[in-house]
Amino acid sequence: MRTGLIAKKLGMSRVFEAGGAHVPVTVLQVEDLTVVDVRTADRDGYTAVQLGTGAVKAKNVSKPMKGHFAKANVEPKKKLGEFRVSEECLLNVGDTLSVEHFVAGQYVDVCSTSIGKGFAGVMKRHNFAGMEASHGVSVTHRAHGSTGQRQDPGKVFKNKKMAGHMGDERKTVQNLRVVAVDSARGLVLVKGAVPGGENAWVRITDAIKKQSKVELPMPAGLKKVDEPVAVKAEQTSADNA
Amino acid sequence: MNIIESIEKEQLSKLVEGKDIPNFKAGDTLRVHTKVKEGDRERIQLYEGVCIARKNDGLNSSFTVRKISFGEGVERVLPLYSPNIAKIEVVRIGKVRRAKLYYLRALRGRSARIADDLAAAAKAREEANNSN
Repeated sequence: MRTGLIAKKLGMSRVFEAGGAHVPVTVLQVEDLTVVDVRTADRDGYTAVQLGTGAVKAKNVSKPMKGHFAKANVEPKKKLGEFRVSEECLLNVGDTLSVEHFVAGQYVDVCSTSIGKGFAGVMKRHNFAGMEASHGVSVTHRAHGSTGQRQDPGKVFKNKKMAGHMGDERKTVQNLRVVAVDSARGLVLVKGAVPGGENAWVRITDAIKKQSKVELPMPAGLKKVDEPVAVKAEQTSADNA
Repeated sequence: MNIIESIEKEQLSKLVEGKDIPNFKAGDTLRVHTKVKEGDRERIQLYEGVCIARKNDGLNSSFTVRKISFGEGVERVLPLYSPNIAKIEVVRIGKVRRAKLYYLRALRGRSARIADDLAAAAKAREEANNSN
């Protein structure tokens, strides 16, 4: 089991594929995502990596957290998240992850906090049909109607769908196809919608219910230290040509 | 520029490469060459009608073409930059006073006709000659 990535939702767009198909995509951005801590079987009883991303002002970091980041020798991060990984997919503290962790064509699950809707009625919250607009219905056009039976059972059953708070909860969307990966800008384009508003933090992981047909980088897609040099070399060769 | 705008712009420049999209507006009669896939064979299908609306929004631009097919009104909303559109031809330039011609849906026969904009047609012809 590989680690996932923490990304920021930038918004939605569309992609016209070569065959002419049009695909709605959500653009997710991964920026200097580093390993801040690891959990090992001997010390913690399970294996996981703790990733951190996003710049934060030093004055907004608490003293204990400063110590935590200092121990890992990384810049303080705004958002931390832990991903369970298998033993062979453990990473080293300080490693930087790249979007090339994911490959176009594979399937991912995306987890985030959905947009809060406040106290919502049953029509919006549970897709009830409501009542008729006319035929003698008065004042209760959007009400749920009956909530139970008679003296027997004499109660409203648990989990009865009613009005209440909607949204602002952790939601996972499974099996979204990765349409494209842009390593230069750190972007992952996934097909379809993802919970949360713009600038929301999202967790992207390999789909647990859909095996990938493409080969995935193991143990993770790490940013190579010599990458900038390689790019420069390419540029100079292009200039010469 | 924000990132979504820039990726749309890059895609747009790739899509318009080698493609000549003519100037047209609502009221013009268009002949759209659309690519249709039948099994593994691809062919071009023509769709001709009046453009009743055009939405200019970068990559998301689209236009609506209306025609009367076997006595039934048919409208297609086509993405302007879709790779499935091989070519757009302007057959006639119409003279209209609206940007969106949704009122045509309520009209049939003679009253649904749009007058030719002869001046604009002449100008377009002249420009075409000059460019040749």
